[in-house]
Amino acid sequence: MSLSASQISLQFARAEIISRVDIDIEPGKIVTVLGPNGAGKSSLLRILCGQWAPSVGQVRLDGQLTSAYSIQALARTIAVMPQYSTLNFAFSAAEVVALGRTPHATGRQIDREITRAALSLVDADHLASRLYPELSGGEKQRVQLARILAQIWTPQPQQSRYLLLDEPTSSFDLAHQQMMVKILRRFAADGVGILVVMHDLNLAAQLADRMVLMKDGRIAAADCPAHVMQTSVINQVFDVDVAIINHPRTGNPMALL
Amino acid sequence: MLAGHRRYRPRSLLLGLAIALPFALLIALMSGPVFISPLDWPAIIFDPGASLREQDFLILSSIRLPRLLLGCFIGINLAVCGAAMQGLFRNSLADPSLIGVTSGASAGASCVIVLGGGWLESAAAGLPLVAFGASVGGLIAVVIVYRIATSASGTAVATMLLAGIAISAVAGALNNLFSYFADNDMLRRISLWQMGSLDGANWYRVTIAFVVASVLIAVLPRCSAGLNALLLGESEARHLGIDVERLKRRLIVLTAVGVGSAVALAGVIAFVGLVIPHVLRLLVGPDHRYVIPGSALAGAILLVLADSLARVIVSPAELPTGILTALLGAPVFFSLLWQQRAMSSSL
Repeated sequence: MSLSASQISLQFARAEIISRVDIDIEPGKIVTVLGPNGAGKSSLLRILCGQWAPSVGQVRLDGQLTSAYSIQALARTIAVMPQYSTLNFAFSAAEVVALGRTPHATGRQIDREITRAALSLVDADHLASRLYPELSGGEKQRVQLARILAQIWTPQPQQSRYLLLDEPTSSFDLAHQQMMVKILRRFAADGVGILVVMHDLNLAAQLADRMVLMKDGRIAAADCPAHVMQTSVINQVFDVDVAIINHPRTGNPMALL
Repeated sequence: MLAGHRRYRPRSLLLGLAIALPFALLIALMSGPVFISPLDWPAIIFDPGASLREQDFLILSSIRLPRLLLGCFIGINLAVCGAAMQGLFRNSLADPSLIGVTSGASAGASCVIVLGGGWLESAAAGLPLVAFGASVGGLIAVVIVYRIATSASGTAVATMLLAGIAISAVAGALNNLFSYFADNDMLRRISLWQMGSLDGANWYRVTIAFVVASVLIAVLPRCSAGLNALLLGESEARHLGIDVERLKRRLIVLTAVGVGSAVALAGVIAFVGLVIPHVLRLLVGPDHRYVIPGSALAGAILLVLADSLARVIVSPAELPTGILTALLGAPVFFSLLWQQRAMSSSL
């Protein structure tokens, strides 16, 4: 049981966006993907969710090629949070979250309960009847998060669940970043496999079971946070000088610029 | 200011519209150069022998009834196609004419009118041929736009809109060219036809409009969930399990047939496909499960009432219906634009 890519490459025109990448998302584990701009993080995410086909290599979901699944079966298993959302129709926040139930046929009553619970989980109860286009950037992002959580809210029989998130915290304030960590931990504890593309090294180290650093379409480092958060590794991938210290209370490694 | 709180309950609104439609049909049946009271209808229907009643019976059965039914079905077709296209383009100001169906259809019709010449006047197949020409013109336009805008990676909405504009320009030029070669009589037919009118109504046309409306009403509501998801974006809709390419193909074909046939049967009737779905969205929100049936009902009501007005306003002559819908629709459209402007500046 896992969502895994083996030796995938992606070419556009002549440029190689991704070359020979292996990645494995296991149920109950959180993988964070980091790297400089243009390292191929978002492309990797698009390939994993089946939106793009790799030029070379395969993506397998629970042992079977993702291309063998129907679009709807994939949607019940994998929920994707995109980097930007362009919704400008006047849906209410609750209606946006309810769209997450599109691939399921669980009935209005259950969908409504899940919608309410998901909104409450992301601290957005009070936004339920507000119109989405009128929300602030951070509020929109929380509503989108609630939507994809609602999509994989309940376990499916014989089927693992995966969350793929592309910079989900980019508009969050500090409190909501902490909320995000708690929510993802909770879903991971519930057996969901999670991949998060992000830029904040320290938040990523705090969140991850496994950190993947990408550069120029290749994986530069992939290991547990303690091994990846090394001065030499960070320096090589990001071209910055950092000092690594341990958090005085949690002991998590942290990078100081 | 929260527009969400001013929304109507969708079911109540649909019910209200469903109740209003028969009244609109009733008004349309009564009104015209000759007023025929509903109280006289039983006598007219059951005892059409009497001399004056015979005339009334003819007016009702061969003039008004087909005309109001044609208006009803074409109103449905234009409004639901508008709703579908606005969902597809994710822009509430989008209109079926944007993808070139309307202009393609009118160019096709002009082509048939001019090339057919005098023969069309005498042959019984004349009108259906014009209708056929318009449908083909509309379909060709959509297929070209679709081919241009669609690649292996999907349909680019912006390219499609631009292609629609280009097609409209080409079709407009063709139209002018045909008008240039047309004689006086044809010219009048072309221009009258381009203004849009239901005065050519007969049972044959009603049947065509009815068949198209039935197909649209049977298929489009099943696309509601897909259209709703599509508003989030194409890849988001795909992640929600929607087969986006199939949905888009289906919507494009349905709109081509819906709008093309409407243009063919009644000429260019503006604004129904643009304003009706937009007003529905303001009233019940953007959920297509309600916008599509609501648009069907409201489109039928609007066109039937506008046509009644067109028949009475300069009686015994009559105005082309398209002029009236544009006159009614344009102020609504302007106010919507104004609201959007106010909303975007307040953000």
